[in-house]
Amino acid sequence: MHWLNIILQGVLIGGLYAMFAAGLSLIFGVMRLVNIAHGDLIVLAAYIALMVTQALDVSPLTSLLLVVPLMAVIGYTLQRGLLNRTLGDDLLPPLLVTFGLSIIIQNGLLELFTADSRKLQAGPIEVQTFQLMQGVWIGILPLIQFVVAIGIIAGLETLFYRTALGRAFRATSDDQSVAQLVGLDTRHIFALAMALSLAVVAIAGVFLAVRANFDPAIGPARLIFGFEAVVIGGLGSMWGTLVGGIVLGVAQAIGAQIDPGWQLLAGHLVFLAVLAVRPQGLFPKVSG
Amino acid sequence: MRLVEHATPSSRIGVVLIGAALVVLTFAPYWGDRQTLRLLVEVFTFVALASLWNLLAGYAGLVSVGQQAFVGLGGYLLFALAMLLDVHPIAAIPIAGVIGALVAIPVAALIFRLRGAYFAIGTWVVAEVFRLLAAQISVLGGGSGISLPASVVQAMAPSRQMREFETYWLALGLTVLVLAAIVALLRSRHGLALTAIRDNELAARSNGIHVGRIKLAVYVLTAFGTSMIGALIFLQKLRISPDTAFSVSDWTAFVIFITVIGGIGRIEGPVIGTVVFFLLRQTLSDLGSLYLLMMGTVAIVAMLWAPKGLWGYIAERFSWQALPLQRHLVLQKDAGGKT
Amino acid sequence: MPDAPLLEVKAIDAFYGDFQALFGVSLTVHSGQVITVIGANGAGKSTLLKTIAGLMHPHHGEILFGGSPTTQLPAFEVLHRGVALVPEGRRLFPSLTVEENLLIGGQSRRPGPWTLGRVYELFPVLAERRELPALALSGGQQQMAAIARALMANPVLLLCDEISLGLAPVVVRDIYARMPHIVAEGASLVIVEQDIMQALRAANHVYCLQEGRIALHGPAGELTREAISAAYFGV
Repeated sequence: MHWLNIILQGVLIGGLYAMFAAGLSLIFGVMRLVNIAHGDLIVLAAYIALMVTQALDVSPLTSLLLVVPLMAVIGYTLQRGLLNRTLGDDLLPPLLVTFGLSIIIQNGLLELFTADSRKLQAGPIEVQTFQLMQGVWIGILPLIQFVVAIGIIAGLETLFYRTALGRAFRATSDDQSVAQLVGLDTRHIFALAMALSLAVVAIAGVFLAVRANFDPAIGPARLIFGFEAVVIGGLGSMWGTLVGGIVLGVAQAIGAQIDPGWQLLAGHLVFLAVLAVRPQGLFPKVSG
Repeated sequence: MRLVEHATPSSRIGVVLIGAALVVLTFAPYWGDRQTLRLLVEVFTFVALASLWNLLAGYAGLVSVGQQAFVGLGGYLLFALAMLLDVHPIAAIPIAGVIGALVAIPVAALIFRLRGAYFAIGTWVVAEVFRLLAAQISVLGGGSGISLPASVVQAMAPSRQMREFETYWLALGLTVLVLAAIVALLRSRHGLALTAIRDNELAARSNGIHVGRIKLAVYVLTAFGTSMIGALIFLQKLRISPDTAFSVSDWTAFVIFITVIGGIGRIEGPVIGTVVFFLLRQTLSDLGSLYLLMMGTVAIVAMLWAPKGLWGYIAERFSWQALPLQRHLVLQKDAGGKT
Repeated sequence: MPDAPLLEVKAIDAFYGDFQALFGVSLTVHSGQVITVIGANGAGKSTLLKTIAGLMHPHHGEILFGGSPTTQLPAFEVLHRGVALVPEGRRLFPSLTVEENLLIGGQSRRPGPWTLGRVYELFPVLAERRELPALALSGGQQQMAAIARALMANPVLLLCDEISLGLAPVVVRDIYARMPHIVAEGASLVIVEQDIMQALRAANHVYCLQEGRIALHGPAGELTREAISAAYFGV
């Protein structure tokens, strides 16, 4: 029973990791860009939510109404103004520019907010649980977060495969030149993809901030969790990303039970094991 | 008659100037004070680290944001060898290098399965794993780290001044060795292959170059050098902890900044970049996060508008080379004096 | 007074890096015309079409469409003005089905006679295979899909780059048989062709490119075989 609780907790936090991964995966799918600042943008969203909740005296959930559009606008501007310039055949510019961005965001947040740990308060819901069965308890907040994660992934799948925008994303990803030939402004399409990615990041950031303490330095770890979830799940598969997140979450939960210092290590080792044994991930997309 | 020559007029001047600089630097303990020596050691170690990163990223196309894995590994190996196995600290440096190179082999086997930016993050994960493992080793201080015991420190030299001189010469020697090895590699047949890979990997592959093997070799050699530098860095610091040993900002962010500013893919780049970096640091003094903020901004600006770096711009504009690394054909003159 | 030309290409030079592909090329298309551009491999035919479509930009010269300059416009804007290119090699989007390829062809929402239904009438075989991934089609079917995709943008000027490449003659004839329908619905055509006989049959006016220069042009009926050979091969 004890172990069942542990594993359940791992599964639920896997939903959060899948949220981290979804934004990363989307951008890579559309423009082959890996945003090294992704984790730091999640933390940025958390701080923006902090400011919004404090200034307007609203709950974290309500703050989403502002944080999500704001982050989307930041994403659009970032892509259009800066990151579009790095796209091309050379892999160095996007990598180094997003790395530089990561450093800027971390240190900018440090200057503005100091290294103090913060947390968003969501009220009593944070500790509420319900009993699934004899001896097995599920936290309400982690469950909500897991359901939201599923919703986001389902939403993204629907967007990609059933809407005109999704068609535009897939076409641009396939062949930028021909996408232009059918009248798509690819700069705009890329910027929309980034806006969407950061909208997801915003939701992930708020959930992160409610769940645990955060400070300017925790960004890179979130990037790594998202990245590991993507690799474990399989490149190109959104639902695979959910599975990857769950595997990572469960590995970490089990590791933490063995020894608190082993929590992160367990996750990394499982990642490395998947890389060794099945490098294409658990559910790789078959098409090109 | 030699068909391929390396030297150009500017590289001849360059070699002479470098030689003169080396002589001056070798005698630094006699004209410089303690502060200067410590600063120079820092400069040398960054030149070496940046040159190695440049070899990996600028020539072999392997962009790593996880070289701190080997800096920290080298440091911890030095402490382990000196404290637990009674190895003389100076002898421990090359041993740390060899072990680092051996560790690099299975690491490469794993992370080479990733491509491009995913490879980069993979290197970061490896560094994190090393950091977490180091924190688990209680005999080396666990999470809070450990200081080098007096007995080991004394083994280097009886007086502090002698130790500082030794550390200085070690740093200078190691850096010269690393640079000389890189130059030798680039001048060799393998270096030509590397330049081909840098310019166009697909074309290099279709010309029969074993790209995978060369990349592995470069990765392992870089690990060898980086581990030795790491050992030296922490020998000087006399104290190690997981967070300082595997610090991303110290061993990767600064190194990347230096190489981008100086010029990626050119051997002179990291040297120029280190000089600029330290000039900036001296003039601006350590402003902590504000300094890193500026650094990140400058790196982005440089990457977008001056991707070849300072030396890249100078080299193209004036056709200069500090070192004889070019290859040009020497054409035969026939009897009539025409080429 | 003759009506103003639909497309005027005036003395353009086009480069790939340092390599010059087009030297002072000029070309005119009047509304309702079918122009073919012939020439050996590497003569610059595709370069010419890409430059008109806005994928490349000339270093000198200008391009006027409907009287307005489009010389430096990006390709997606040229499409919005009414110029669609069927690129060499078909280049359907692999991640999209046949129907999705057609739908995205129409995403610019330009008004005109071509709808999904009309396009399926023109190429019934596409309707039968609408849900298949685009690359599951045969070469000839993919070519039809590529043309259909361009038609969905309701272009005033349709550029076709080597549509016969790699296709069996009977398939090529089948595709060319639809061209009159396309012209009848209001599009003018510029066709780049390797198949000279097909090109001459389809066209009102022929241009022959040789190593980046126009070596010959004139009404299709008036050009002799000798003149075309000479211009094509540069002898």
